[in-house]
Amino acid sequence: MRLKILDSGYSFGTKVLFALIHAVSRQPVPDAAKLVFYRPDFYGAPMKEITQEAMRGPSAWSVGDRELMAAFVSQTNECAFCIGAHTATAARAYHDEAKVYAALADLETAPIEEPLRATLRMLGKLTAEQAVTTDDIRAVLAAGVSREQIEDALAVSFAFNTTDRLADAFGFFVPGPKAFEAGAKFLLRRGYR
Amino acid sequence: MLPEDKKRTAHRTLVTRILEGDGRASRAQRRAAFENAGLAEPLRTLIDKVARQPRRVTDGDIAAVLASGESEDQLFELVVCAAIGQATRQYETALEALAQAMTGQKKE
Repeated sequence: MRLKILDSGYSFGTKVLFALIHAVSRQPVPDAAKLVFYRPDFYGAPMKEITQEAMRGPSAWSVGDRELMAAFVSQTNECAFCIGAHTATAARAYHDEAKVYAALADLETAPIEEPLRATLRMLGKLTAEQAVTTDDIRAVLAAGVSREQIEDALAVSFAFNTTDRLADAFGFFVPGPKAFEAGAKFLLRRGYR
Repeated sequence: MLPEDKKRTAHRTLVTRILEGDGRASRAQRRAAFENAGLAEPLRTLIDKVARQPRRVTDGDIAAVLASGESEDQLFELVVCAAIGQATRQYETALEALAQAMTGQKKE
């Protein structure tokens, strides 16, 4: 991490918690977790609220679909940490790694349903170009996606367009596959709270 | 009218907290970082990269801001504001396009 406070500026209680996480997962505490524990009153606590609601709250999208959206947005931002974390989580949620890799490799030919494909296409444009038009949204509606599903997908996009930026600005350490696997298990068991 | 989406409420709470709550950076500076506008160098370069090309942030961009007298805590807050600001502009633009698309559908 590029800021010393994000590596060591934690209360005694938080340091104990980190040691516990390390002992149970046998992996170092991921930088994404450290960030939300740093002065949580400023950023971590309110950010966890929206992320939890977007990723695990009520939605017609499955948890796997939302994790794939997170991976797809992160891929568009070329954010190595978040691509690794959410590719692993989506694959585990779907019990289908091939589907996730296919969607990230070539959205247009991947074996996914049309509503999800149209939604990912729109999120990719929003992330790359910072905006979408009414016609872009109409195309998603025409693919059979409801208004609520679009709102849900946009909240996922908000959360990861924020997190991707912070991961790259603060210089999150990008661990190996075992750590991402442990992180995926944690995120599917406990969510983002 | 649908009841407001809980996520939008949580989003508004987050934005209000980082911009109007207590912080180590001034409210004016946090607002400027959120809007990516009106900042002086070297903060301007760092904040603009966070908003528009985060992958290009370097150790040097961070070091330059710290050397100019900002503390790590101030920098932490301003980078958070910049990231949330850009993601908020995307989110609000898309929600506005969605609202317009829904109005258009009703007329047809």
